[in-house]
Amino acid sequence: MAITLIVFLPLLAAIIAGLGNRIIGNVPAKLVTTAALFAACALSWPIFLGFLSGSSTEYVVPVLSWLRSGDLQFDWALRVDTLTAVMLVVVTSVSALVHLYSWGYMDEDPDQPRFFAYLSLFTFAMLMLVTADNLVQMFFGWEGVGLASYLLIGFWFRKPSANAAAIKAFVVNRVGDLGFMMGIFGTFLVFGTVSIPAILAAAPGMEGATIGFLGGRFDLMTVLCLLLFIGAMGKSAQLGLHTWLPDAMEGPTPVSALIHAATMVTAGVFMVCRLSPMFEASPIALTVVTIVGAATCFFAATIGTTQWDIKRVIAYSTCSQLGYMFFAAGVGAYGAAMFHLFTHAFFKALLFLGAGSVIHAMHHEQDMRYYGGLRKHIPLTFWAMLTGTLAITGVGIYHLGVGFAGFWSKDAILEAAYASGSQAGMTAFWVGTVAALLTSFYSWRLMFLTFWGKPRWIQSEHIQHSVHKTPEQAGADTTGGYHPHESPLAMLLPLGLLGIGAVIAGQVFHDAFLDQAGFWNGSITYNADLMHAMHEVPTLVKYAASIVMVIGLAVAWLFYIRNTSLPGKVSAALGPVYRFVLNKWYFDELYNAVFVKPSQALGRFFWKAGDEGTINRFGPDGAAVLVTSGSRIAVKLQSGFLYSYALVMLLGLVAALTWLMVR
Amino acid sequence: MNDLGFPVLSLMLAVPMAAAVACLFVSANTARWLALIATLIDLALGILLWINFDIGGAQWQFVEKAALFDRFSWALGIDGIALMLIMLSVFLMPICIGASWEAIQTRVGEYMAAFLLMEVLMIGVFAAQDIFLFYIFFEAGLIPMYLIIGIWGGANRIYASYKFFLYTLLGSVLMLIAMFWMVNEAGTSDIPTLMAYDFPLEAQSWLWLAFFASFAVKMPMWPVHTWLPDAHVQAPTAGSVILAGVLLKMGGYGFIRFSLPMFPDASVDYIWLVFILSMIAVVYTSLIALVQSDMKKLIAYSSVAHMAIVTVGLFAFNRQGLEGALIVMLSHGLVSGALFLCVGVIYDRLHTREIDRYGGLSINMPRYALLFLLFTMASIGLPGTSGFVGEFLSLVGVYEVSSWVAIVSTTGIILGAAYMLYLYRRVAYGVIKSDDVAAMPDLTKREIALLLPIAVVVLWMGVYPESFMAPMRNDVGALEARLAAAKPLGDAQVKLGVAPVLTPAAHAEEGHH
Repeated sequence: MAITLIVFLPLLAAIIAGLGNRIIGNVPAKLVTTAALFAACALSWPIFLGFLSGSSTEYVVPVLSWLRSGDLQFDWALRVDTLTAVMLVVVTSVSALVHLYSWGYMDEDPDQPRFFAYLSLFTFAMLMLVTADNLVQMFFGWEGVGLASYLLIGFWFRKPSANAAAIKAFVVNRVGDLGFMMGIFGTFLVFGTVSIPAILAAAPGMEGATIGFLGGRFDLMTVLCLLLFIGAMGKSAQLGLHTWLPDAMEGPTPVSALIHAATMVTAGVFMVCRLSPMFEASPIALTVVTIVGAATCFFAATIGTTQWDIKRVIAYSTCSQLGYMFFAAGVGAYGAAMFHLFTHAFFKALLFLGAGSVIHAMHHEQDMRYYGGLRKHIPLTFWAMLTGTLAITGVGIYHLGVGFAGFWSKDAILEAAYASGSQAGMTAFWVGTVAALLTSFYSWRLMFLTFWGKPRWIQSEHIQHSVHKTPEQAGADTTGGYHPHESPLAMLLPLGLLGIGAVIAGQVFHDAFLDQAGFWNGSITYNADLMHAMHEVPTLVKYAASIVMVIGLAVAWLFYIRNTSLPGKVSAALGPVYRFVLNKWYFDELYNAVFVKPSQALGRFFWKAGDEGTINRFGPDGAAVLVTSGSRIAVKLQSGFLYSYALVMLLGLVAALTWLMVR
Repeated sequence: MNDLGFPVLSLMLAVPMAAAVACLFVSANTARWLALIATLIDLALGILLWINFDIGGAQWQFVEKAALFDRFSWALGIDGIALMLIMLSVFLMPICIGASWEAIQTRVGEYMAAFLLMEVLMIGVFAAQDIFLFYIFFEAGLIPMYLIIGIWGGANRIYASYKFFLYTLLGSVLMLIAMFWMVNEAGTSDIPTLMAYDFPLEAQSWLWLAFFASFAVKMPMWPVHTWLPDAHVQAPTAGSVILAGVLLKMGGYGFIRFSLPMFPDASVDYIWLVFILSMIAVVYTSLIALVQSDMKKLIAYSSVAHMAIVTVGLFAFNRQGLEGALIVMLSHGLVSGALFLCVGVIYDRLHTREIDRYGGLSINMPRYALLFLLFTMASIGLPGTSGFVGEFLSLVGVYEVSSWVAIVSTTGIILGAAYMLYLYRRVAYGVIKSDDVAAMPDLTKREIALLLPIAVVVLWMGVYPESFMAPMRNDVGALEARLAAAKPLGDAQVKLGVAPVLTPAAHAEEGHH
C-alpha cells in the first residue's frame, strides 16, 4: 500500500542517514532522506486527489498489534480518510521542500547527515500522528514529533540558548501531555476503548453524562475534551503553554518552517478536528476552545508587533494564526480550521524559508533593525516574502472572488465565527478582526524594515565581522561594503513552489474544504447549516478582514516608510503598555518565579531537610550511633563493619533454619 | 518433572553456583571468562525456558520438588511473571560481567564469585515455591550485594553498605515472623497453596504490614528509600546495574506473590497508605533528582519515582494496573541498568560522577550520545520505548480507581522529562570544557556489546510488548480474579445523562445556537 511507503520511507531514510552516514558519507545521507521525502510526497498527492474527486473512501491498513491488556487493546495501524489525506499532502510537501532547501541552507554545517536524519524522523512521527486510528498511536506520533522538535531545536547543541530552548519545548509540551494522557485514561474508562472511530461513534450518546473527577462531579464530555484540549494547547502553543514556541526559533530556520510553522504545531488543531464529534458533545469545551483560540490569536499578534528578531515575529505570527484555527474549530467550523491549517502551511513555510534566505544573505543576522533596503539585493527572496505577506494578510477582492491563500481561509474563519451567533463566536469575530489588523501591521512592518528603506547593515555585529569594519570606519556607507547574495537554487526552488501554493491554495481548494460535506465524508463534523450561514453574513463582515488589512498596511507604511521616527514616539507614549508587550506579557518571568525556581528550591529542601535532615538523621544514622556504641566488641572482633554484618546475617539465617528443624 | 526432561531450574542455579566456587581458585582472567561463560549458559537456559514455557498452560511450570526435612522442601517452579523476571536477571548478568571486565582489577575472583552467587540467589527468589526457600534466597541476596558495595565500592562504601544492610534487615525480620505464623496457620509452606489460602481477616492486617515492612524497603518506597542513593553512588557500575535492574524488582515481586494474593482484604485496607506514599515518592524524589549534581544519585532518585509507578499500578487491582506495574518493573530493570552502564562508561574514563565535569560528549562520543539519548528517552517514557508501555498501563489502571492518584502520578512525566533532559544536556550537549574530557574516546566494541542488546530489547518492548505480556497474562488474570472481590470502587462513577434523544440536525442546532 502506498500509505505504508509514505509513512515508513522517511523512517527508513532517517535510520540510514542517522546511523549509516559514516559508512555512506554525507551526500548519500542527504540524498536518501530527500529522495524518500519526495517519494512520499509524490505518493501522497494522488491519495489527496482521490479524496478530492470523491473516488476514494476511508480505509485502515493494519501494521502490527501493539498492546493487549484486558479490554485495552490497540494496534499500530494507518488510517486514511479525507482529514488524513489533507495532512499527508501538507506534511510530505512541506517536508520534501524543506529537505531540499536544507541542502543550501545547511551547506556549511559539519553535522548535515544528523540534521537530515532528524528531519526525516520528524516526518515519520508526524505521519504516524496523522494516520493514527487510536488515541495511543496519536500520542506516539505526538511524542515522536516532540522528540524530533527537541533534537532539532537543540541541533546546534554547543549553544547554551539552544539547549535551554530544546528542554523548555519538551517540558512545556509535557505539561500539555499530562492533560492528553489524562484524557486518554478517562476516554478509556468511559468508552472502554481507545479506537478513535469507536469513541466518536459513542460520544454523542454520552452527552449530559457526568463523571467524578478530582473529588468533584462534572459533565463527562467536558472533562474529557478539556483534558485532551490541554494536550492540544501544549503542542499548538496556545496561551499559557505557548512560551516554548518563540524560544524554539533557536533551531535552524528550515526546522522552524517545517515543525514550528507548517506541521507539528498544527497537531493540536488536527486533534480537535479529528475528535470533533467528541467536542460537539460538549458545548462548554467548544466555548473554551473558542475563547482560548481567540485570546491566543490576539495576544500573540500584539507581541508580534514589537519584536525585532525576524524569526520571532514569524513565530508569534504562527502562534496567532493557530489561535484562528482553534476558534474556528470552537465555533464548529472544522472545515474552515483545516482549510486555514492547509493554506497557512504553505504561506508560513514560505515566510520562514524566505526569512531563512534573508538571514543567509545577511550573514546570520536576524535583527530587523540591521536590515533595510534588501529589495534590490535579493530580489527573488523579496518576491517570495512579498507573496507570503500578501497571503498571510489576506489580500483579495471579495467581490471578484479572487485572492491569496490566506484571504480565503481567514475570511472563512471570521465569517463562521460571526455566523455561529454564539456569544463566544461573536467575541472571537471581533478579536479575530483586531488580530487581523495587527497581523497586517506586523507583517508589513517586517517587510518594510527588511526590504525597504536605507541599509542599516553596518550596525550588525555579524556584518561587522564579515566586512571587518566598525560603524565608525564605514562612515556614511551604512552597508559597510557588504554584499548580500541571493540564495542558491536549492533554496529558491522551494520558495517558488511554496509561493505558488500561497497564491493558489485558497482559490483552488476553498470550495472543497468549506462547502462540500462530501469532501470531508464524515472525517470531521461538518455543520452544513453553519457553512451555509457563513455565506449569508452582512457585507461589512465579509469585508472586515480586507478593511483592517488595508489599515494595518497603511499604519505600517506610515511608521516604517513615511515617518520612521513615529514608532519610537508611539512606544514612548505608550510606556508601560509597550514594555509589557515587548516583554511578551512577562510569561517567562512569571513561570520562572512560580514554577522553575520553586521546583528547584523544593527539590533542595526535600533533599537536605527531608532525606538527610530527617529520614537519615532519625533513621539509619541514629541507629548507627546506637549500634556502634552498643556493639564495640563486635566491631573489634572484625576488621570492619563489613564482615560483622555478613556474619550476623548468616547467623540469623542459621538460627531461623535451626528453629525450623527442631520445632 | 517438566517437558525438557531435566531439572532446568536447578541447573540454572547449579551452573553459576559451581562457577562461583571455581572462581575463587583461579586467576583473574580465568575468573572473568568463567563468569562470562557461566552467565551466558544461564542466559541460554533462560531462553530455553522461555521457548518451552507453555503460554496458557498450567500456572506453574518446570516444577521440581524434593522434600528436605519437615515441611521444608526444595520446591522450584515458575509462572509467567517469574519467567519474565528470571529472563531479566539472566539477561543482565552477562552484561554485568562484561561491564566489570576492565573496571575491576582487585580481587577479581572473589568479585566474580559474588556476582555469580548473586545470580543464583536472584533466580532462586523468582523460582522458589517454598516460602522458606524464598526467604533464604531473598535475604541471602543481601550478602553478595553487601560485599560488592563494601569491598569494590567507592570512598564512602562502608557507610552505604551499612545503611543498605540495616534497612533491609529491619524489614525482613518482621517478614520472617509473619512467615512462621502463616505456615503454622495454613499447615504448609508451599507458596501456590498459600496464595489460595484465605487467612483470617483480623490476621491479614498485621501479616500484610509485616511483609510490607520488607517489600517497601526493597522497592524502595518513600520514606525508606534513603539507602538507595548511597548504595548506588558507592557501588561499582555492575553492582548498580544489578541493584537497579533486579534487586529493586524483588519488592514488587513480593507484593505480587505474597501481599496481594495472600492478603487481598488487607491490601484493600491499606490501599491509601500505598497510594499516598507513592504519590509523595513521585513528586518528592523527582524534585530531588532535579537538583542532583551526582549522576548516579540522580538516576537513583529517579528509580524511586519509577518504582512508585509500580506500586500505584499494583494497588489499582485491575488488569491494566497489574500488567503495567510488571512492564514498568521489566522496563526499569533494563533502562536504569543501561543508564548506570552509561554512567559507568564515562566514569571509567574520567573517574568522577560529578555532572558538571562533563559536557559536549556528543562531539567526541557520538555513539555514546546516541545510546544515552535512547535510554534517557526510555526513562522519560517516550512512546515506542518500553518505558511508555508500562507507565501508560499503570496509570490507566490507577485512573480507574482514583483520578487524584492518576494526576499526581502523571506529573512524574513532566518532572521526569525535566531532570533527565537536564542531565543529558549537561553531559552530552554544550561545549567541551577541558582537555581530559576532550580526550575521552567513544564507546569501545565491548561497551557497544553491552549497551546495544539492551537498546534492542527496550525498543522491542516498546513496539511489540506482546512478547513479554503474553506469558504473564494468565497469571495476572488469576491475581485479578483473586482480588476481584476486594476491588475498590473507582471515583469516576460515570452517570449517563437523561438528555432527550436528539436527531443529528437538532443536535447541531443545540451546539451552535
